Amino acid sequence: MADTSDLQRQLAAAERRRKWRAFSLTLPLLIFLMLTFLVPIAALLKRAVENPEVANALPRTIAALDDWDRKATPPAAAFAALAADLGSLPDSSDAGTLARRMNNSVPGARSLVMSTFRSLPITGTPDEVKTQLLAKDERWAEPQYWQAIVKNGSRWTGDYLLASVDMRRNAAGDMEAMPEDQRVYVRILARTFQISAIVTFFCLLLGYPIAWWLANLPTRTANVLMILVLVPFWTSVLVRMAAWIVLLQSEGLVNRGLMGLGVVDHPLALLFNRVGVVIAMVHILLPFMILPLYSVMKSVPPTFVRAAVSLGSPPLAAFFRVYVPQTYPGIGAGALLCFILSIGYYVTPALLGGADDQMLSYYIARYTNVEINWGMACALGSMLLAATLVLYALYRKLGKAELSLG
Amino acid sequence: MKAMLKTTLLATVLGFALPALAQQQITVVNFGGTQAAAQKKAYYEPFEKTTGIKVVAVEYNGEQAKVKAMVETKKVTWDLVEAESPDAARGCDEGMFDKIDYAKIGGKTDLLPAAVTECGVGFFVWSTVLAYNGDKLKDGPKNWADFWDVKKFPGKRSMRKGARYNLEFALMADGVAPGDVYKVLATKEGAERGFKKLTELKPNIQWWEAGAQPPQFLVAGDVVMTTAYNGRIDIANREGKNLKMSFVGSIYDLDYWVIPKGAPNAANALKFIGFTMMPDSQAEYARQIGYGPVNSKALPKLDAKVLANLPTAPENTKGALQFNVKFWTDQGEELEKRFAAWSTQ
Repeated sequence: MADTSDLQRQLAAAERRRKWRAFSLTLPLLIFLMLTFLVPIAALLKRAVENPEVANALPRTIAALDDWDRKATPPAAAFAALAADLGSLPDSSDAGTLARRMNNSVPGARSLVMSTFRSLPITGTPDEVKTQLLAKDERWAEPQYWQAIVKNGSRWTGDYLLASVDMRRNAAGDMEAMPEDQRVYVRILARTFQISAIVTFFCLLLGYPIAWWLANLPTRTANVLMILVLVPFWTSVLVRMAAWIVLLQSEGLVNRGLMGLGVVDHPLALLFNRVGVVIAMVHILLPFMILPLYSVMKSVPPTFVRAAVSLGSPPLAAFFRVYVPQTYPGIGAGALLCFILSIGYYVTPALLGGADDQMLSYYIARYTNVEINWGMACALGSMLLAATLVLYALYRKLGKAELSLG
Repeated sequence: MKAMLKTTLLATVLGFALPALAQQQITVVNFGGTQAAAQKKAYYEPFEKTTGIKVVAVEYNGEQAKVKAMVETKKVTWDLVEAESPDAARGCDEGMFDKIDYAKIGGKTDLLPAAVTECGVGFFVWSTVLAYNGDKLKDGPKNWADFWDVKKFPGKRSMRKGARYNLEFALMADGVAPGDVYKVLATKEGAERGFKKLTELKPNIQWWEAGAQPPQFLVAGDVVMTTAYNGRIDIANREGKNLKMSFVGSIYDLDYWVIPKGAPNAANALKFIGFTMMPDSQAEYARQIGYGPVNSKALPKLDAKVLANLPTAPENTKGALQFNVKFWTDQGEELEKRFAAWSTQ
């Protein structure tokens, strides 16, 4: 009896040691992933709700606006506090930061804040300050600019995230839908999903027969042909984009060929629209469908289909009822891979699409690079991240299978 | 033997150290393409020859995020950046750029008033014009009303992807005088009117994003007419194309040199700006690409043929509109968002 428990202890110790060794072997990768993946994502999520600009620059104004009714022009004390706050900003760049943040809320606030800042110092009794500020720029009489100060008075905000689902807070602080002409991102997210679904569908349609054919060839031939799948995969995406532009433009090879054959009598619009985007994206993502399919199909024993046929099943029925179900893990992995890669696509729609073919990433890039509104960029990025996670969870739930990536 | 080793060592050390001391350099960031080639001829090469300071050219597409990230992390590697007017103004407000000491770049008396700003020195005038292929259209469009006339000129038109410029053009096509465009656009109804006019043309628009695209579209026959930067059309014509442009209702603006705060070679960058503002350099740039000089002393150096193609020529500025920087820095984000909403409808 004692012997067994001793043995068990030894076994457990060996098991523990093995686990530790495995853990320490994966530790470098874990640290790497932490630094390059989890930390940036955390920073992204933080930026999406961070809102320090107004709170840092205008603490006295925010305090003075505390009991303001948010409707009429605020009391003179608020004007005096504003002049004092702006006057004590250490650098003009702080005013610029404030102006940018305010302009996100109310278009036009940028020039208002900057021109006021440049006309400082303004001194005197609160009433005198109010008169002077209004004389400098009468827009200070409009409550909307003051409402923007109050709204952004706290260091954390849900406004960017709300805006990314086309919602906003009104002056009283209640949530409401954006006005019709400002509703964008829900539609764009839907468009992003739609394009990704179409691309995934065509990848499967084109990739499945090729993968099946490759899997059933002798290994040597299959390896040679596999290179044909992989070469475009290794070529730069930009090079392939440029090639598609040359092929698809209205006097390009495809159109001239079709016209020469008499199929069409005027050039088809294949570029700078949805068609061009889908064609190029399918081309780029095809290997991501073929490779997982191929690796799964290689492991499907050919004897099963033969058995079904010899038991009297018509070949086609045998294929769909015996063979295809065995490749479901490959289909799932390939489709998920294509779909998740598609929803983040940026370069292809930007180069080959029109204004209404742009996907969410385009707007993230726009807010990052052009508008320099990183809060909004991060909010949209969070939305994309959430969409990906939901999809993955859904796949796990429906597929009930571990992801097999070949 | 030992002595020889010493000398060799010394020579090697000196050999490495000396060029580093003697060879100064600045990193200049431009918008690439034909414009970069023109800058190389007119500015970089002569500047290197006269001062011995090496110019390292880098291309970008106007992404101010890169400059902002450099300045914020205090790891600035760019000494001088070419920026569009709203970016120069916004960046200056937000403390991304150094303030310019005009005494060090040869003063401001000869410069266009619009070229002189707190942090940015405007160094050429460019224009967004209406362009078409003279080989395909004999009697081409004259103004924005023609641009919108799909009956008279059937086919696709190309416009820059975004709200900027297009709203102005739409209003002019709708009969607003150039002088009133920004007054109208500043009102809610005016913006509405602009988008409504754009909607009329929507099925016929093919969007462009890079300045090199419009001349390609025209030459390839993808579109019958387009909005385009006048310099790009000018370059295409030098390569033997027959593209025509109309300056009626065109929008002109300046590009600015800005020095990112904390640039490692700021003093040399300032020297470089001074060099590019000299009449000779300014005239040479206009000869290389059809963009207008900002130094009035450069104009007498140019012959009539070059002058006629510049946005600054009197007959070209007549019906033209100056880009309103303040309007777009204030309203840009809102209008661009609205453009995105409009394009999904």
